[in-house]
Amino acid sequence: MASEKNGTLRTAPAGQGTNTHSRTYLAWLAFAEDKAALFSLVFLLIVALMAAFAPYVSPHDPYEAVNSLRNAPPGSGDFLLGADSNGRDILTRLIYGGRISLVVGFAPTFLAMVISLVLGLTAGYFGGWIDQAIMRTLDVLFAFPLVLLAIAIAGMLNPGVDTEIVAITVVLVPYISRIVRTSTISVTAQPYIEAARAGGAGQWAIVSRYVLPNMISPVIVYTTTLVGLMIVVASGLSFLGLGVQAPAADWGSMVSEGRVVLRKAPHVTVFPGLLIVAVSLAFNYIGDGLRDALDPKAIRR
Amino acid sequence: MGRQIITRLAAVIPILFGVSIFIFMLMHLAPGDVTDALLGPMATGDAKEKLRKAMGLDRPLVFQYLTWMGNILQGDFGVSVHTKRAVSEVVLPRFGNTVILALASLLLALSVGFFVGMYAAAKSYSTFDRVSMSLTLMLGSTPPYWLALLLVLMFSLKLRWFPATGMTSILGDGGLMDIARHLVLPAIATAAAPAAIITRMVRSTMLEVLSQGYIRVARAKGVSQRAILWKHALRNALPPIATISGLQLGFLLGGALFTEVIFAWPGLGNQLYYSIVARDVVVVQAAVLVIALAFVLVNLAVDILNAFLDPRVRKV
Repeated sequence: MASEKNGTLRTAPAGQGTNTHSRTYLAWLAFAEDKAALFSLVFLLIVALMAAFAPYVSPHDPYEAVNSLRNAPPGSGDFLLGADSNGRDILTRLIYGGRISLVVGFAPTFLAMVISLVLGLTAGYFGGWIDQAIMRTLDVLFAFPLVLLAIAIAGMLNPGVDTEIVAITVVLVPYISRIVRTSTISVTAQPYIEAARAGGAGQWAIVSRYVLPNMISPVIVYTTTLVGLMIVVASGLSFLGLGVQAPAADWGSMVSEGRVVLRKAPHVTVFPGLLIVAVSLAFNYIGDGLRDALDPKAIRR
Repeated sequence: MGRQIITRLAAVIPILFGVSIFIFMLMHLAPGDVTDALLGPMATGDAKEKLRKAMGLDRPLVFQYLTWMGNILQGDFGVSVHTKRAVSEVVLPRFGNTVILALASLLLALSVGFFVGMYAAAKSYSTFDRVSMSLTLMLGSTPPYWLALLLVLMFSLKLRWFPATGMTSILGDGGLMDIARHLVLPAIATAAAPAAIITRMVRSTMLEVLSQGYIRVARAKGVSQRAILWKHALRNALPPIATISGLQLGFLLGGALFTEVIFAWPGLGNQLYYSIVARDVVVVQAAVLVIALAFVLVNLAVDILNAFLDPRVRKV
C-alpha cells in the first residue's frame, strides 16, 4: 500500500450513498491528483476568464490600428506580443479571439453530445429497427472524412460563426452517437436494469434514472477530448475564411492574416498557433484526467 | 473469405447511395442558387426563371437527383459554373495529384509511427518513450495549416532548402526529382498529425500484446527480444493498427486540403477550396463525392486486409 492518504482514497467505496463523500467529490480528488490535468484546467480557466472579461483585461482596443507599429515585433512599446500587419495589438486580439475560438470549439461539441445522447440512447435502448434506422443513417456521415465534411457544409452555408457551429455539430454527431449507443447497450444488459423493469419502473424512469447516469462517463470523457480537436478544426475553418469575418478575428483567422507577412513578421502567425496548440493540449490532458477519475475500472498508477 | 468480401461490398452500396443523397441535399441547402452565380447579382427575376427552366431546376427534387446521378454513372459530372469546363476534366487529374500527396504522407506517417511506436513500446517508460509520447501528443494537437506555415518559414524562407510553392503540373519538365523536392514539405505537414496518432496506437497496442501470457512463455523459452517484438507480438498487434491507420487516411485527406492550399499543390482539396469560395456548386458536389467514394473504398480495403491479417475476423 502506498501512502496513507492515497490508500484511503483508493479503497473508498465510491457510490455508496450514505457516505458523506459524494461520488463527485471522490472523482474530483482523483482528478486533482493528476497534476497535468489540474494545471490544464487552471490554464483553461485563465484563458476563458480573460476572454470573458476581454474589455477589462486587454491592454488595447482590438480594432485600434497604429500605423507606425505595423508588423512591430514582440516588445515594441507596450505591445507585449507585437502588432499585426494593420498595427493592431496581437495580445489584445488573442484575448478577444478567445471569445470566438473557445465558443466554436465548445458549443458544437456540447450540442453534438446532447443530440447524440438522444439518438444513441434511443438506438441502444430500444434496439431493433429503430436502432437500424438511426445507425444506418449515421453510417452515411461516416463515409466522409471529418474535416472535409465540415469544410463542405460550412462552405455551402453563408460564412460566419453560426455556420461553423452547425458544420462541426453535424460532423460530430455520428462519432458521439456510436459511443453513446455502445455504452447504453452494455448498461442495459446489466441485471439492475432487469430488476428495475421487474420492479415496475416505466421506460422513461429506467432510461433517465438508471441507464443515463451509468453510461454517461465514457461519453463525457470522449467529448472532452473532442473539444481540443474541435478547437483545431474550427480554427481551420476560420483559417479558410469560412468562419468569423474581418475585422473580428479568432485564433484561426489570425494565423491566416499572418500568412501574408510570414517572411517580414513571423510572430503574427506564430503566437495564435501556439495558443491553439496549448488550449487543445489542455483539453486532452483534462480528458485523460477525467477518464482516470470517472472510470472505476481504470488502473491508476 | 470470398463470401465475407462480397457481404462487405454489398454493404457499401446503400452507404454510397446515402452519400449521394446527402451531397445532393447539401448543395440544395446552399443559399442562393446556380443562377445567381451564372447571371450575377444584377440579373432580373425573369431571366433567372428562364435559366432555371432551361437547366431543369424547376423540376421536382427527386427528378433532379435522378438526372444528376444518372449522368454521374455515365461519367458526366456536369459543367463547371465558373470555368465552363467539364467537371470530370478538372476533378480527375486533380484527384491524381492528391493521391500522390496522400500516399507520400501515409507512407511517411506509417513508417514514423511504426518505428517510433515499436521502439517506445519495447523501451516503455524510458526517456525515449516519455519524450516521444509528449511530442506526439503535441503534434496531434497542432493545426496542420499552422505547421505547414512554420515549415515554410523555416525551410523555404530561412534555410531555402525546399520550395514553398510552384508545383503547377505533375507532368512538367522537372522530372521525378522536381516532384520529390516539391513534395517534401507538404508531405511532412500532412503526415504529422496522423503519424502522431499512429505512433501512440502502435505503442499502446504493442504494450497490450506484450503483456499477454504467450509472450511470457516465449521469453521463458529464451526467444530473443527482437524475435518477440517483430514476430510474436507484431502479428497480433497488426489488425488494430491497420484499422486505425485506415481511419487516419480520413484525417490525412482533411489535413491535405490545408497543405494543398498553403503550398499551392494542384490537388482536389485545393480545387474544393477554390470552388467553395467561387460558389461553384457543381465542382464542389463532384469533388466531395469523389473524396467520399475514395474514403469508403479505402476503409473497405482495410477491412479486407484485416481479414487476411487476422484469421479470427475471417470466420465471422
